[in-house]
Amino acid sequence: MGEMDTLKKEADGLKAQIEAARKAVNDTTMAAVASGVAAAPRVQLKNRKTLKGHLAKIYGLHWSADNRHMVSASQDGKLLIWDTYTGNKVYAIPLKSSWVMSCSMAPSGNLVASGGLDNMCTVVNIKAASPKTLRELDAHEGYLSHSRFLSDTELLTASGDTTCCLWDLETGKQKVIYKSHVGDCMCLAVSPDQNTFISGACDSTAKLWDIRDGGCKQTFIGHTSDINAIAFYPSGTAVITGSDDCTLKMYDLRADQEVNGYQDAALNAGVTSVSLSSSGRLIFAGYDNFNCNIWDSLKAEKVGVLSGHDNRVSCIGVPDDGLGVCTGSWDSFLKIWN
Amino acid sequence: MAKMSGSSNLVAMKKVVQQLRFEASINRVKVSQAAADLQQFCMQNALQDPLLTGTHRTDQPQHYLAFILMLQGKS
Repeated sequence: MGEMDTLKKEADGLKAQIEAARKAVNDTTMAAVASGVAAAPRVQLKNRKTLKGHLAKIYGLHWSADNRHMVSASQDGKLLIWDTYTGNKVYAIPLKSSWVMSCSMAPSGNLVASGGLDNMCTVVNIKAASPKTLRELDAHEGYLSHSRFLSDTELLTASGDTTCCLWDLETGKQKVIYKSHVGDCMCLAVSPDQNTFISGACDSTAKLWDIRDGGCKQTFIGHTSDINAIAFYPSGTAVITGSDDCTLKMYDLRADQEVNGYQDAALNAGVTSVSLSSSGRLIFAGYDNFNCNIWDSLKAEKVGVLSGHDNRVSCIGVPDDGLGVCTGSWDSFLKIWN
Repeated sequence: MAKMSGSSNLVAMKKVVQQLRFEASINRVKVSQAAADLQQFCMQNALQDPLLTGTHRTDQPQHYLAFILMLQGKS
């Protein structure tokens, strides 16, 4: 047998070993464990504000850590920073490339990042006398699908070149490159303790990474199509993924496997975005069919819906204080619900 | 040319096997334990979850002040 064949056989053997180990601890289901818990109340949230200002599809939104401001990105070529209490636009930042796919705000509120089909992540200081480009992070070989700040000096990005990257914003250089996915990376989420992050990709897997050493610690399988959205459970011990296969899944990090699935035979629209309420009990998921469904994360039942957008819901976010949820859509509007 | 891509395929495959070896070696907690812990976390934090309890922004003191300031045109 050639060396390649030997390696392939070993790989297949290891995959089988992993599946057997997962099965060995699979002694019950989340649904069974949660059967004793009272059902979540029927959630009826109202659209309290509609933020109007973008002129084209909105591709991303991110709440500020101050729970009041928010950044949104649209293919009209602008980043808008909103004061959600008043509904006013605080800053409008023109983008060099209008093909933006994501945006994020630093915990300090000083910096925003955006990027897309230009393969770059542009970091802007919005607290300077007038918003000023701080860095253009330019090493990915594919589109920029997602970014999240760890601080004013470190930023994580996910790219269509199948890698994720940790950047040093003081030098503009790559610090760590995370390589293991075999499909475009579409989304990432940072763990509450900031030691790890999780990525979702078009290879239908989600991977857990050690931020500092770049190693992939765990790989979660089960989805049958691109994973477009990912979020950490607030406990830091589980992740929720949303996919083009029209389902969401909860993977427990300690059991190393899927412990709950959220799907409906009637739903045949892909999941575009996901965000959780502050206790983790409610999952807000945006779909291609213009709606956002609200799921009980423990019992895997649908407990509400947010309807009102006239096009795909492309992004969702719950602020850190948990007081509401914002949806962004291809219909160019952002809606705040609580 | 074929030989060149053959050896880089080999390097890639070795990395795949190395990664799988690592992933195969981790300890796994029973699903019953993991699920119970997740449920406990949810229940412990349920009362502080405004979207679950139906708390509105204006019920929170700091938001109420912001709300009043906004109405007065002062924010």
